[in-house]
Amino acid sequence: MRVAPKEIQTFRDDFTYTNSPEAIQRFPFPFPEDDYRYSVNMEPHTPKGGEGSAYEKFLDIDEHYLSEMKERSLVLKDMPHRCLAMEHMDLACWDMIERCMVSLAEDYPEHFVLECDGDNWTWENKLLDIKDTFVFGDSSTLPMPPMEYMGRQLQGDFALLDQREGDLFLDAGIITCPADWSLAFDAGMSFSEWHGPVPMAHSEGIFERALKYLTAIQVGKPVRRLNWTMTINARMDTSPETYHEWGHERTSVTPENVGEKVYLRVELQVLDRMPRSNAMMFSIRTYLMSLEDIVSNPEWAKRMHRVMKTLPAPLIDYKGLTRYHGMVVDYLSQFDKAN
Amino acid sequence: MSGDQITVVVSAIEQVAPSIREFTLTSKDATLYPFSPGSHVVVEMQGESKTYKNAYSLMSDPWDTDAYKIAVRLQDSSRGGSIYMHEQVEVGDELKITPPANMFAPEWGAKKHVLIAGGVGITPFMSYLPELMRRDADFELHYLYRGNNTGAYKAELAQELGARYFGYDSVQGEKCDIATLFAERLLGTHFYICGPESLIEGVKSLADECGVPASAIHYEEFAAPQPGMPFEVEIKSTGVVVPVGAEESMLEALEAAEIEVPNLCRGGVCGQCVCQVEEGEIEHRDHFLSGAEKAAGTAVMPCVSRAKSKRLVIEI
Ligand code: HEM
Ligand code: FES
Repeated sequence: MRVAPKEIQTFRDDFTYTNSPEAIQRFPFPFPEDDYRYSVNMEPHTPKGGEGSAYEKFLDIDEHYLSEMKERSLVLKDMPHRCLAMEHMDLACWDMIERCMVSLAEDYPEHFVLECDGDNWTWENKLLDIKDTFVFGDSSTLPMPPMEYMGRQLQGDFALLDQREGDLFLDAGIITCPADWSLAFDAGMSFSEWHGPVPMAHSEGIFERALKYLTAIQVGKPVRRLNWTMTINARMDTSPETYHEWGHERTSVTPENVGEKVYLRVELQVLDRMPRSNAMMFSIRTYLMSLEDIVSNPEWAKRMHRVMKTLPAPLIDYKGLTRYHGMVVDYLSQFDKAN
Repeated sequence: MSGDQITVVVSAIEQVAPSIREFTLTSKDATLYPFSPGSHVVVEMQGESKTYKNAYSLMSDPWDTDAYKIAVRLQDSSRGGSIYMHEQVEVGDELKITPPANMFAPEWGAKKHVLIAGGVGITPFMSYLPELMRRDADFELHYLYRGNNTGAYKAELAQELGARYFGYDSVQGEKCDIATLFAERLLGTHFYICGPESLIEGVKSLADECGVPASAIHYEEFAAPQPGMPFEVEIKSTGVVVPVGAEESMLEALEAAEIEVPNLCRGGVCGQCVCQVEEGEIEHRDHFLSGAEKAAGTAVMPCVSRAKSKRLVIEI
């Protein structure tokens, strides 16, 4: 069973966000082994896990759709520059519109309808009560710039990378729920430049290999990978721009509240070649799950304890876990007595 | 969700020059992907004794999803695919192609684009032109050919491009003065070359002499699928021996023999499929193993790499 979008919950202030039992069950748990190290963990983005799994469809729409769209509009209202597209990315934005609208309409016909009459397109999003007719490829026929128009209807952040000189450049994106990085800061950077702050992976050649793989991705053959970090409270927008609002929350973790305060934050990242522009679409679909909910699955609890216990210090530091990492390990150890 | 191969129907064949045939390919079921200028597809041809896989540039308008066009020159040398395309393929036949891939995209940031085509090397530029015109970009085309033999499309190009077209017929003794093109270039000009190896090498070394930065010179480098010689792979612990055909990867052969090898990328970068090598000489084709690891010869990535020796003994 797929989870249906539910009423709006919040990712700020009173944090009413919750995961249903179905959402917990389909959570993309990111640890295939007892230790976690950076690697080129990419695989073809083909369906996996059966009906209702987070890997079933090209774009995963789940029970948090309305809440995330509301959160995105709140962020964009305060900070419009969290969405940008350089002029030469216009064609790539239209590639993205086509890719997303076509796949949503195919995968979720009950929510999305696309009718194409040549270049005259009509798009209906029943969840957000949107119905627009526009001319494909003509940005002046949309109510707002194409990246923003599409991004406001998609769960997760999106970036479009221009491919040139055998490298990728971050030239467009809508980034309202980043794990502590800034689109405005990274805009125009190359693959190794925007990955500059990541420890260990550069010297291990991981980014070099990843880039070779990415630049060779073909149309119709998307790939995915998982990335993860931790967040205090169910806060989607952990951006450098709003650091003053969330940075201090790390000090609020105590042995008593660690299970409910600390969230495992998983990013399901999909890379897909855009046909007309040869750009790459990079989607970052974020799932938040409290430790309390994680440990409802004994296998996950055990696995995560081992991963946390053996996590290399540079990663603990880079991911910003230093202040509460010990409490997380202690909390999880009760579910992994043998270790 | 992921497209491996597309079945297309040959809907038209035209002999555009004595040795060049143009094929129009229409989709059998779904519509075709739009593509970016400079893209190619790999056409799979089921010959009598072997399967050929050749890469051909798409030469239709990238926005046209009704049909793709490719042009195939009959090669005198051994590449069997072109003979097959010329002699076996007829209108109505089905072919399998890969989705378009691009190793030769225009640099849209360029102030000016200078396209230099030799003979059938005109094909990737045929998909550049509609997009360059749509974007109102500054460009010129220099087309080097041998009379009617390789000069397909010259009349229509001359007409369509007007002052932006420059043709050179070597039969008439006409020569393209590439050194002058380089000398008179405006800052921010990019050069694109497609044609025989000799033309590409010539232009590259001239560029070097004239001080044109390598980043402003682009040439088509086909990532054609790389077959190899057949060999055998033996699993040390079980003694099972699996033959690997010329057209399949070691990974595919092992999978066909129901031997499971962990894998993700199937492209030599992720490192998942690594196997220990006990005996035999390896032809490394991956980007995963370091130079030292390759030299040691004790590990192989079966998704892309092959054996130089007749047999490779491995452990999974
Ligand atoms: C091409 C699309 C990609 C984009 C736009 C992107 C973007 C980013 C950004 C902005 C960061 C944060 C860096 C910071 O601290 O400021 C990051 C982190 C990272 N990226 Fe990527 N990335 C991409 C693809 C990949 C791929 C294919 C890999 C595969 C190895 C990868 C591996 C990583 C790793 C390991 C981190 C550190 C994450 C952590 O420990 O939390 N990225 N990426
Ligand atoms: S499967 Fe990735 S290196 Fe072989």
